[in-house]
Amino acid sequence: MNLAVRDIRHNLGRFVLTTLGVGMLLMVVMGMGGIYRGLVDDALVVTRGVGADLWVVQRDTRGPFAEVSRLPRSLVDRVAAVPGVTDAREFVFHTIQREHRGKPLRMGVLGLGWPTDKGEGLPLIAGRPLAQNHFEMIADESLGLGLGERLRLGKDTYTVVGLTRWLVASGGDGIACFTSRDAQAIQFDEPGESIRLERQARRARADEIDFGRTQPGVLDRASGPAQNLAALPGPAISAVIAHLMPGTDPASVQRSMSGWSDVTTYTGPQQEELLLKGSVDRARRQILLFRVLLTIISAVIMALIIYTLTLDKLHPIALLKLIGAPTRVIAGLILQQSLIMGVLAYGVGYLIGTRLFPLFPRRVLVTNDDLLRLAGIVLVISVLASLLGIWKAMRVAPNEAIG
Amino acid sequence: MTDPLALETSGLTKVYGSGHTEVVALRDASMRVRRGEVVALLGPSGAGKSTFLLCVGLINPPTRGTVTIGGKLMQDGPRSLGDLRRFRREHIGFVFQKSNLIPFLSAIENVQVVGELIGRPSSVARRRANELLDALGVGKRAFNMPTQLSGGEQQRVTVARALANQPSLILADEPTAALDSVRGRQVMELFRDVAHRHGTGVIVVTHDHRALDVFDTIYEMEDGLLKPAASTAAKATPPAHDIRLS
Ligand SMILES: Nc1ncnc2c1ncn2[C@@H]1O[C@H](COP(=O)(O)OP(=O)(O)OP(=O)(O)O)[C@@H](O)[C@H]1O
Ligand SMILES: [Mg+2]
Repeated sequence: MNLAVRDIRHNLGRFVLTTLGVGMLLMVVMGMGGIYRGLVDDALVVTRGVGADLWVVQRDTRGPFAEVSRLPRSLVDRVAAVPGVTDAREFVFHTIQREHRGKPLRMGVLGLGWPTDKGEGLPLIAGRPLAQNHFEMIADESLGLGLGERLRLGKDTYTVVGLTRWLVASGGDGIACFTSRDAQAIQFDEPGESIRLERQARRARADEIDFGRTQPGVLDRASGPAQNLAALPGPAISAVIAHLMPGTDPASVQRSMSGWSDVTTYTGPQQEELLLKGSVDRARRQILLFRVLLTIISAVIMALIIYTLTLDKLHPIALLKLIGAPTRVIAGLILQQSLIMGVLAYGVGYLIGTRLFPLFPRRVLVTNDDLLRLAGIVLVISVLASLLGIWKAMRVAPNEAIG
Repeated sequence: MTDPLALETSGLTKVYGSGHTEVVALRDASMRVRRGEVVALLGPSGAGKSTFLLCVGLINPPTRGTVTIGGKLMQDGPRSLGDLRRFRREHIGFVFQKSNLIPFLSAIENVQVVGELIGRPSSVARRRANELLDALGVGKRAFNMPTQLSGGEQQRVTVARALANQPSLILADEPTAALDSVRGRQVMELFRDVAHRHGTGVIVVTHDHRALDVFDTIYEMEDGLLKPAASTAAKATPPAHDIRLS
């Protein structure tokens, strides 16, 4: 006969309510861990997906995810020429916010190195990778776009050909993938009027200098598209990503580029660390503190309720002592109640959490490791919570049963 | 335990408090109870009757004196609480004035728990609990919670619990105070039957002089002093319940 269960049945309402409450708290603890894991995962999903051995970014910047990094496209060829580098390509990434179907649409624009990268490596859940070098896009489902949906960005219209899941920027915005040309076109989209004004101004400047008069071709070009002007740089890229020959030490390649005064290089792991340090670290500590607090609160609530449940049965406990029940039985009664509450609360938290977390706007990634660790913590706080009650029960004298 | 005495106390003294709050509740109390003997303990309020039972029942340690139960010297100085508790659960049955049932256990579980505490398998303890409740006429109420029982029914369940460990000594403190005189008498007779049948020593503190004929021996207590009563009339009375205890 289990005394703990019998007593719980006797106090069912209070026990169930407390268990639910503690369960919710544990769910929040679980969820906060999941939010943190989600943050880390989201922050790294692009870098990991790209899988670069080396990131080359604008000098003294922390890379395309942390701040604006602009590099000339020609850098791709320079990097490709470094010994040990098997392939280098441009990396274009920026965030835009546009209007779509009357609602603001915020997304990360990621340029794929067409034609080597058509997006086959992306976590596609529907559709296909890019099949042509213009006007197609692969969108993350969190953007709320459907397959085949057409989206006007700048002067062009893009068709959604594929959908991904959990491809988001570290800020949580869904990412859409384009060819890098398209991505740049979107980034540097300027209204027609401003282009016209810019060309006019260029032409006026060219008119005023001798060079413009002696070289009539210059005037023609000044009125044409900017990329036809040799003197003006092409649209910038965010970074250059390089893959190294197998067995090459990234540090040695970094050293050979250390003389380039216009760039800074990071290895893949360094880039990941930058990302985590920059965007996630503070959130991580914040969340950790919250979890610790909530865990303590759960423990205190459990301790209090186990204690009051014990206070309510001091008389039966005295009676049990009177008829000779050993300490083991009495301490066990309280400890078991605490453990039952802890285990049930954990189950409640898990059940509600797994149903609730998918509805959250950002990813809540609950890993088995985290679940196990939390289970361990719950057992520990259950034991701790019972101590106060056990201590009280131990101080009851058997003759209090007949007072 | 082959000792013919269920209980022997000598020089049992209990002093509560100290200084000017000192109360000598028990003075040199000596009592011998044979196996199968039913003893009544009379006395005015505050005489020290409950104190005597608590000392004999190994619940309160006496200030001086010894308690020997079933030939085993149990109280002669400090002893571990664990030892005393084990002895209590194995050899002593308690019944008190207010019914003292565990509120979260049903009637039968209240009796069963005693059997389980002394290590009987759950099914055995339950069967025995059932027999006891039947014998005490509360078998039909076995699955009721204590609050669903009348005072008399609760008291009979308590008696069943006191018998569940087949004790060598039963200590009852005003067990019939909450019962009408017929029920009260039945409980007293029950004690006598159990005592005679199983060789259990029984001490009953009572104020009910109408049932004194049930007892083998009567003691009186006044101001902490214990002495045999002048007349001990032990008439044979047929038992109210025919009890079959295995
Ligand atoms: N825990 C205690 N601390 C101090 N004094 C006590 C304590 N318990 C009992 N006493 C005192 O000891 C004396 C004997 O008390 P006891 O309870 O044994 O009397 P009793 O004969 O059982 O009385 P009643 O018939 O009213 O139950 C009383 O004077 C009482 O005040
Ligand atoms: Mg008393």
